[in-house]
Amino acid sequence: MVVRATVEPDLEDVVRRYEPMIGLEVHVELGTRTKMFCGCPTGFGAEPNTQVCPVCLGLPGSLPVANRAAIEATIRIGLALNCQVASWCRFARKNYFYPDMPKNYQISQYDEPLCTGGWLDVDVAGETGDTVRVGIERVHLEEDTGKTLHLGGATGRIHGATESLVDYNRAGIPLVEVVTRPVAGTGARAPATARAYVAALRDLVRSLGVSDVRMEQGSLRCDVNTSLAPVGAGEWGTRTETKNVNSLRSVERAVRSELIRQAAVLDRGERVVLETRHFHEEAGDSTPGRSKETATDYRYFPEPDLVPLAPDPAWVAQLRAGLPEPPREHRRRLQAAWGLSDVDMQAVLNAGAVGLVEATVAAGTTPEAARKWWLGELSRRANEAGVDLAEVGAGPADVAALQQMVDQGTLSDKLARTVLDGVLAGEGSPAEVVAARDLAVVSDSGTLIAAVEQAIAAHPEVAAKVRDGKVAAAGVLVGAVMKATGGQADARAVRELVLSRLGAA
Amino acid sequence: MSHQTDRPPAAGISRAEVAHLARLARLAVTEAELDTFAGQLDVILQAVARVGEVAAGDIPPTSHAVPLTNVLREDEPIQCLPRDEALAGAPDTVEGRFRVPRILSDEEDPG
Ligand SMILES: [Zn+2]
Repeated sequence: MVVRATVEPDLEDVVRRYEPMIGLEVHVELGTRTKMFCGCPTGFGAEPNTQVCPVCLGLPGSLPVANRAAIEATIRIGLALNCQVASWCRFARKNYFYPDMPKNYQISQYDEPLCTGGWLDVDVAGETGDTVRVGIERVHLEEDTGKTLHLGGATGRIHGATESLVDYNRAGIPLVEVVTRPVAGTGARAPATARAYVAALRDLVRSLGVSDVRMEQGSLRCDVNTSLAPVGAGEWGTRTETKNVNSLRSVERAVRSELIRQAAVLDRGERVVLETRHFHEEAGDSTPGRSKETATDYRYFPEPDLVPLAPDPAWVAQLRAGLPEPPREHRRRLQAAWGLSDVDMQAVLNAGAVGLVEATVAAGTTPEAARKWWLGELSRRANEAGVDLAEVGAGPADVAALQQMVDQGTLSDKLARTVLDGVLAGEGSPAEVVAARDLAVVSDSGTLIAAVEQAIAAHPEVAAKVRDGKVAAAGVLVGAVMKATGGQADARAVRELVLSRLGAA
Repeated sequence: MSHQTDRPPAAGISRAEVAHLARLARLAVTEAELDTFAGQLDVILQAVARVGEVAAGDIPPTSHAVPLTNVLREDEPIQCLPRDEALAGAPDTVEGRFRVPRILSDEEDPG
């Protein structure tokens, strides 16, 4: 456990005295059909050791061959991050003795990464709407490791464990590592900047369609480097690397807690130790792991079993030409088209509804109506069900169809929500639900007039009051009509009809 | 020491270096073995160093014997090994997983 200082400085206080520096290493598991160097499938959640072969098990005599789709995906990520693509580079062996790789080395890239020297513009959420240009040091390709399960310890981590159980299904899945340059000058917004960068990178990679980038499933993983230097010191402080940061919220919390911890260390006149720290999701803090000063010597050398990569300029140009519009530009274009303020656009972003609203508008609704559905009723339903908005059970086409029925007067707002219930319950499209549940608004004037007449006849004293100008009393009659029509009449139309029949309109 | 192609072949190898290598490989090596292995590795290194003697300054270091680049495969799945076969060479298994002794202390966990 971490022993907390009795008085922790707050971040505003910290940045008055120290300058924070952050750096991020993000690992993205590519969504290729097969592994990096063999043809094993990559599906998530398969039974242990059912997606393995001699290559990814490191059996003698097997030889790796690089996956073209993984190389292309990495180049596309690099290009989208404004990087240079190497004209010639090699894979390297990273040697270490640990059972998560059966070969006793991981095939990675060392001093010859596929892509180098780019940047990503990041909009940091907040009132000022700052944009931070995060420098990208490198984008390289490696293979993921197997999953180890430690037995005998209390927590499943290695500490106290007596043995490890290993599943190599994940071993060899292509993994892209994106490393930033040090990001300075963000002050108290360092935690928000780190979070915004990871979110922006996730959106960018998702837009390329090369990974599902799901942090909760580990297809996007983040290590956070953090350091503090006294204001005006002119050099960086000693950094720590926090691992196991597995959600956007945790990225922000990990940076914040580490800046505050380091400030407390420096305030006591002590030195920050160069080390790897493990982040704890529940507590929101980290504990020290491996000291970097005794870090493993990986003995990198060029991988002799794989020939060098030399991406042809024409190939790179073709990949560049196929890049989609970057998410940030895409969002700006939509914001202008929808006429939204920054705050309103941020609400759409926060709800994860940009693509859904866009598709709903494309299906024929106004931006206002699409936004109202997705940020209102559907966000509420998704929240209740504990699922992502995209998985709520109704799609853009359903929402557009519902809204069109409301616009045409076929459905009242209330009925539209009832139809939505049916859609979410899997009863079919809105039109099918309306037909099956007989839910269309009673707009046939003959039927309505008959119901109004009946209500007036049944409540003569109320009708007399309304005739005398007590319009508020009409609610009783409207209620009676709504009841008689099973709630399927448009209440406003009924009210107008009642008032006109009684000469009060 | 981390990138060996950039470095001229070693002229000799010390007991301390052998001990370091043994620690990286998690091998328990006795004092007597350190001397033995240092001597043996020295012979190997000297043999390799002879390549450096014949390579003139205008010959760049090479990592591959054949001048090939971009040998790639299409992203097409193959048949995997049946799990029984995959686990056949394992020292021990538990519920379809390889079972191995714990080998690193918490401080050295690379995960
Ligand atoms: Zn395989």
